Order: sequence, then C-alpha cells, then structure tokens
Amino acid sequence: MKDWLSKFRALVLFGIVALVLSACGRENLTALDPKGYGAEVSLKLILLTTIVMTSVFLVVIILLIIVLVRFRRKKGEPLKNVPQVEGSKTLEAIWTIIPIILVGIMAVPTVVATFQLADTSDKDEHININVTGYQYWWHFEYENEEIATSQDMYIPVNKKVYVNLISNDVLHSFWVPSISGKLDVNPENVNTMFIQAYEEGVYFGKCAELCGPSHSLMDFKVVVVSEEEYEQWVNDMKSFNSQELELDAVAAEGRDLFEEKGCVACHATDSQNFVPGQKPIGPDLTQFADRSRIAGILHPTEENLYKWLKDPESVKPGNKMTGAYPELSDEEIEKISAYLMQLSPSEVTAASKE
Amino acid sequence: MATTAAAKRSFWEFIWDYLTTVDHKKIAHLYLAGGGFFFILGGIEALIIRIQLIKPENDFISAGFYNEMITMHGTTMIFLAAMPIIVGLMNAIMPLQIGARDVAFPFLNALSFWLFFFGGLLLNLSFLFGGAPDAGWTSYASLSMDSSGHGIDYYIAGLQIAGAGTLMTGINFIATIVTMRAPGMTYMRMPLFTWTTFVTSVLILFAFPPLTINLFLLMFDRMFGTAFFNVALGGNQVIYQHLFWIFGHPEVYILILPMFGVFSEIFATFSRKRLFGYTAMVFATMLIAFLGFMVWAHHMFTVGLGPVANAIFAVGTMAIAVPTGIKIFNWLLTMWGGQVTINSAMLWALGFIPTFTIGGMTGVMLGSNVADYQYHDSYFVVGHFHYVIVGGSVFGIFAALHYWWPKMFGRVLNETLGKLTFWPFFIGVHLTFFVQHLLGLMGMPRRYWVFLEDQSLDLGNLISTIGAFLMGVGAIIFVINIIVSAFGEKAAADPWDGRTLEWAVSSPAPYYNFAQLPLVRGLDPLWIEKMEGNGKIPAAEPLGDVHMPNGSIIPFLMSIGFFISGFGFIYQTDNVYWYLALYGGLAFSIALMIIRSVKDDYGYYIPKEELEKALEGEAK
Repeated sequence: MKDWLSKFRALVLFGIVALVLSACGRENLTALDPKGYGAEVSLKLILLTTIVMTSVFLVVIILLIIVLVRFRRKKGEPLKNVPQVEGSKTLEAIWTIIPIILVGIMAVPTVVATFQLADTSDKDEHININVTGYQYWWHFEYENEEIATSQDMYIPVNKKVYVNLISNDVLHSFWVPSISGKLDVNPENVNTMFIQAYEEGVYFGKCAELCGPSHSLMDFKVVVVSEEEYEQWVNDMKSFNSQELELDAVAAEGRDLFEEKGCVACHATDSQNFVPGQKPIGPDLTQFADRSRIAGILHPTEENLYKWLKDPESVKPGNKMTGAYPELSDEEIEKISAYLMQLSPSEVTAASKE
Repeated sequence: MATTAAAKRSFWEFIWDYLTTVDHKKIAHLYLAGGGFFFILGGIEALIIRIQLIKPENDFISAGFYNEMITMHGTTMIFLAAMPIIVGLMNAIMPLQIGARDVAFPFLNALSFWLFFFGGLLLNLSFLFGGAPDAGWTSYASLSMDSSGHGIDYYIAGLQIAGAGTLMTGINFIATIVTMRAPGMTYMRMPLFTWTTFVTSVLILFAFPPLTINLFLLMFDRMFGTAFFNVALGGNQVIYQHLFWIFGHPEVYILILPMFGVFSEIFATFSRKRLFGYTAMVFATMLIAFLGFMVWAHHMFTVGLGPVANAIFAVGTMAIAVPTGIKIFNWLLTMWGGQVTINSAMLWALGFIPTFTIGGMTGVMLGSNVADYQYHDSYFVVGHFHYVIVGGSVFGIFAALHYWWPKMFGRVLNETLGKLTFWPFFIGVHLTFFVQHLLGLMGMPRRYWVFLEDQSLDLGNLISTIGAFLMGVGAIIFVINIIVSAFGEKAAADPWDGRTLEWAVSSPAPYYNFAQLPLVRGLDPLWIEKMEGNGKIPAAEPLGDVHMPNGSIIPFLMSIGFFISGFGFIYQTDNVYWYLALYGGLAFSIALMIIRSVKDDYGYYIPKEELEKALEGEAK
C-alpha cells in the first residue's frame, strides 16, 4: 500500500515538473515567448490581467478556507440558531469600489494598446503583403514586388510589415502566436494589421477560425530573414523562370507532364506571368522545393510528396485539389515530383533558418 | 396474468398522463428527463472529442465527423441539456417558492416542453439522415453556407422549433412571477432563485428573437436563394456574427444566472443564515443581465471592428466583474458566522466558488481585447467557457438536483454516492480544462481535429483527456445514485430545515401545491414562521374549492406538426413533394391552434372536501 502511494506521489511530482517544463510550449509557436511586437504587447496585458485577477482569486480562496475552518459544523454538533445578518453597507461598498479600481488598472493600458496596435497611418511606407485565405492554404502577394508565394511568407527581421487579409471563400483567421495576435480573414473586406518580428527564424502560423474539415491542417510559416537576405530572396523570386531551368531527363518530362495533366491551370511555378491582384486557383509553387512543409503540414520528403500527389484527400480532407486532376501513375508522380523539387529560386530558404 | 394486464394498463396510463400533463411539476420531470438524456448524449460526444485529441495526429474519427461532434456537443449541451434542465428546475420550484398553484399558462408550459423535445429530436435525427451540422455551435454564416448536405438545415429547423418553446417559457415565467405571487410575497421578499428565474426570463424574452431572426436569414439564404450573408452577391457575414452574439452573450447569462439563485438558496439554507446583502444580490443580478446585452462584440474582437468598438466593448466586459464580484463576496459572507453543514448539495456549491472564480478571472482577462488577440478562438477560450459553464451551470445543476430532489421526486439522494459523484467530477473538471488555458497560449487553436506532432501540445492534451474521463465517472455515479435512491427512504416535507415556501408543502408537493394560498410575512417565510410562529405558514384564504386546468394532448400533437413541417423545410430543396410535409405539418399545427382557441376549456374544481381530507392526512 505504502509502496503504491509513494509511486503515485512520484508520478504526480513527475507530471507537475513535466508540465512546468513544457508549460511555455514550443519555440516559435507559443504566445508565451513572444518574438514580435504584437505578441509582446499582448503578453504584457496577459501578465498584467493575470496578476490582478490572481490576487482577487487568492483573496476569495483565503476567505473560503477561513469560513470553512471557522464555521463548519463539526460531526455531531447540534444545530443552532445563528444571528440573521442582513448585510453590511461598508463591506459591500468595499467590494464594489475595489473591483472598480482594479478594472480601471486593467482597462487603461488595454485601451492605450488597442489604439497603438490599430495605428496604420504609416502603411504606405512599409512592405505590404496581400494575404488571401483559401480552404486550406494561404497565398501571399508582395505589393509592388510582382511576386507571390503560398504557404511560406518571407519577411525581413525588425521591419514593420503590413499584412492585408482577405478570404477567397469562408472565414479564416491569421495567427502567428509568437509574432502577433490574430486577425480574422473576412470574405467581404480587407483587414489590415502590422507585424514586426524581432528574431530570424521560422514561425508557425495557424488558421484560428473553423473553416471546414481541414481547418486544423491549414498551417503556414512565417520565415523571418535578415534584411539583405530578404532583398536577395525578392530578386531571386523575380528573376526565376521555371521554363529556363536546366533539368535532367526525368525532371524535364515532369515539367511536360505538369502541363499535360493540367497542373499548370491552377498552379504558377514562377512570377513571369504575374498579374497584380489576380487570385490564383491553387497554391503558387514558385519556391516549392524551398518550402518548409508540403501542403503546409508534411515534412518535405519524397514519400510525403508522393502521398500528397497520390491521394491528397488522405492528407487534407475536403481540399479542393482532390478530383481536380487526372489520376497519376506512380511513374508520372515520380517525374512530376522530380520537377517540383527543382523549383528552388533562392538560397534563402526556410531550411536555412530552421 | 391479471396483474400484468393491470400493470400494463397503468403503465400506459402513466405515459398518457405525462403526454397530456399541464402540471408544472410533471413538466419539470419531463424537462429533467429530456435534458438529462441530451446531457448524456452531449457527454458521449465530448468523450469522443477527447479520445480523438488524446495524442497528436490521431485518426480515431474523421475530420468531417469531428466537426459534427464539436458542433453537436456544443449545441446539445447548451440548447438541449443545460437550458432544459434549468427550465425544469425553474418549473419545479419557482411556483412553489412564490406560493402559486401553477404557472400562469399551464397549456403553454406543456407546449414549450414538447417544442423543445421535438426540436432536439429533429436536430439529433440528422445523425441518422446523412450527417449532423458541422459548422460549430455558432454556425457562422460563411462556413454554414458552404457546408454541403442537410446538416445545417437540421440545425436551423431544430433550433427554431426548440427556441420557440424557450421563448414561450420566458413569457410564461414572467407572467407567473408578476401576477401569481401569494399575498404578502412582494418583489423584495422573493427568494433569490425566483428573482434569477425572473431576470433570466426577461433575458430569454429579449435574447431569443435575434437568434430566431438570424436562423431565418440563414434559412432564406440556404433554402430560398436570398443573399443576406452571401458575400459574392453583396451580402455580409459579419451581420450574422453580430446577431448571433447579441443572442449568444445573454445566452450564457441565461445559463448562469439561475444557478446564482440556486447557490444563494443553498448557502443560506446550509449556513442557517439569511442571504448576506439580499438587496445587493438582486440588483447585481439585474446589472449583470443588463450589461450582458452590452458586451456581445467581445466575441468579435478579432473581426476587425476597429479600435473604438474594441475598446468600448473591452471596458464594458471588464465592468461585469464588479457585480459578479459582489455576488461571490456576499456568498462568502453568508457563510461567515453561520453554521455550515457540508453535504452533497453544499459540496457542489463550495466547489463552485473557486471554479467559477477562475472562470470569471479568465473572463476578465479575455475582456482585455489586446490580450484576446492571442486568446481568441484558441484553447484558452475553450478552457474559460468550460470553467464558467461547467463550474457554474453544471455544478449548479448538480447542487440544485441534490437540494431539490426530495421536493421533486419525494426521495433524498444518497449522501455517500453524492460525495462520490462530486470528487471525481470536480477533479476531472480542473484536470480537463485548466491545462486548456495553457494549450491555447502555447498555440493550439480551438476546433482542431488534430494537433501536429512536435508542437509540445501532447502532454496537455493527454491530461485533458484523462480529466474528461474522470468527469464521465462522476456522471455515471450520479446516475447510479438516482437509481439507488429511487428505492431509498421517502423524503420528509422539510429535510434540510429550509427557509422558503417550497419546504412548507409535502415532498413531493401535492398536485394543487397549496390547499390554501400561503400568507407571506417576510423574506424566508418558512424560517420566520419557525422562529416567530408555530413553524406553519399561515393561510391567506379560507379553505375552498380549488380551480385546476385540464390536461391536454394538443401541445404534444401541435409539436409533432411543427416537427413534420421541419422535415418539409429541410428537404423541399431536394424534391417539391416535401412541400406536402412542410404545409401539411404547419396546417395540422394551425388547425390545433384554432381548435384550442375556439373550444372553451374551463378546467375543473377540486372539491373542498378532498382538500380537507388531505390536510387531515398531513396533520397525522
């Protein structure tokens, strides 16, 4: 019995320690370790409100414990009649006024921060990225740069970047917890906010508004690079031409198949025919081989690419690619994969930052 | 052979009795049974969700079915479990507390129940006929318009029918409390549970019409080609969100305010002390209800309404903490200086205080809109609202059931089993939902079918699932308690040494409630008579014949009519023949309305002699 008890205790202790250690979550995903302006402002308010409210909670708990210790009817104690107290104006005034003060302490910084984060007056002086949410992927068009990417968004470190969000179908919500709080991606209007990342790296982005079966798989990445790397990346993206790629025989056949099978109808593979504001049907594949994930969630391995091309439904239920292209033989998949893996315009990649 | 035939007949009589009853106490039984059934259903759905999330990238259920589960869990728990059980408790107790013989409109009361029942049934039949709704319990317009199949149509039709029943209940209770209080029962002598029933009914009256309108607009868009929310045709889905939360935020107060009433009764009774700061409690309730209508946009902080709207709604939301805080401290001070007996009912009430305070805490934290940009639609929100709804409403329901079970069913629930229900459930709640706050901040959005590997979300989700099963264990023990207690000892009229009028009548109350209407001499009338009188409530009228309403099968049949027309609405888009069901069902219900209106029903009288006999029996 005792043995069992000590084991149980050890288990509980272990659990608590493990919980505390993991309580902050994964780096570049958690909101508790902010690496951007918005996330930093939010965390300050999270901490302020947590401290204020926890102090209230402690008062309540201490009172509750005192009440239970002092006034609990002991076993066998006879019932007695106690004085029937109507109330106390003083006490009630105290616990009305103190909470009002506490609310003030939390409300003022909240309002100040609200207006700070909503100030978009310098929008035109900074990089603007037009973000479109699709079931279940993200498209990023770089204003004034004539380039676009999908799934991975590149931004320079320590620079204010404006994202202009709109949805192509249903509601989505744009959330990169480590960099900034979220903003909804509405179908009827453009929502604008700025983000600013403090450290280079690859950050996890999530869709935070239920948008269908694969809502939980609508991940994207924000790749934060140095300013020079960003310039280089933009230039590489602009000059990249998938038709002029020097390919081996297999990949070259893959490029032909990419056209024959109609992939090209939905997917761009470079920015040569870029039209500003044009909404693509499927994700832009220009820098497919540089992506941190396939379809936003799978690690970029050959098996995973095969899995995706063979049966996308098994990876992302409800996606719009399933059934939109002719069935591919294993050989054809192999060739197309070989081609896609050559779509690498730049040395600045997600992998180089991970 | 003869005995079984007799038993059989009496069984059918029993069923017929409940199908036609207009007695508020029997309707309460129906509500509790119906709500209890849906509570179990919603609980199973919750466990399926938690099994799916026990480990990363689990494939226990498919993505589509998962969305059906989260939608039906939320919708069922709110509309078909919590609200009906609460309405059942109000039905059972409120007329007794104000010294009335029934509610103002007994026929309407029965109709309300059957509409809820058939609405809920319709909604859940979607599982059998091609798939349940899958756009979340909020069913936001852009996704619910995009959803294929008839799931969302079932959601619309089911909630519309059930919602009509709820609205009628609200009107009924308001009329009852305004007009049917016993002599001497002034507003400021009403027990807190009656007060919160009253305020909740007002909330229902004002909150449900926006829901009705919203569901109609969605129905027109989905079924009849309008474009209120269709962005491609110039519609606007943000309007759906506004209308939904103008209903949805008061809705959470509809779920919690009655429980504030329950706890007020329980703390006072088991501390043997009157409620501390009664007047403040009443006005705090009204203030919470009023503010509840002013803060809906805090569910929409990330929609992009702009800094002015966000700031106003943030401050308004935080302000609700003030009246809620007043309540918590008044409850603590009610116990202060009293003699606190801890039994099952009291255990739930005591468990409520820390649990609900945490829920309120995170509520204020969510009210800070800039912090909410991180919390919003993450597991933090899931943790928060379960702390409030489980820690408030569900704890309240359990407390109320243990407290009033003797009055409702004539049996006292087993104490040992009561405590065995509480502890696993209480621990389970905190295990399940506390870590969810952290999961949210660690980057896990809500309504996620899977969470990916290597995102440090594994442990938290595992703990959460273990907690959910503990809650399940608690719930099962409660069901065992009900069965065991059915064979237990009969309850006395006043097993808790109560303070309010319901404890002055036998357990369960006679079908006419009070042979003579009681005379109320102050707050806590029974306690006053125990202290200053002979422990009996004085009568306000001489013994005479008592007028009672007749039972009727019409509410049941009328609801079936709406139920059938519901199918008509759902399927008329597939095949015009379904218009037969649509119009046929409506015609049937309208015909019954006409019959009810034209045919006079004067009720009947209980002769004075029968009441005398009953009173003598009681005296013995």
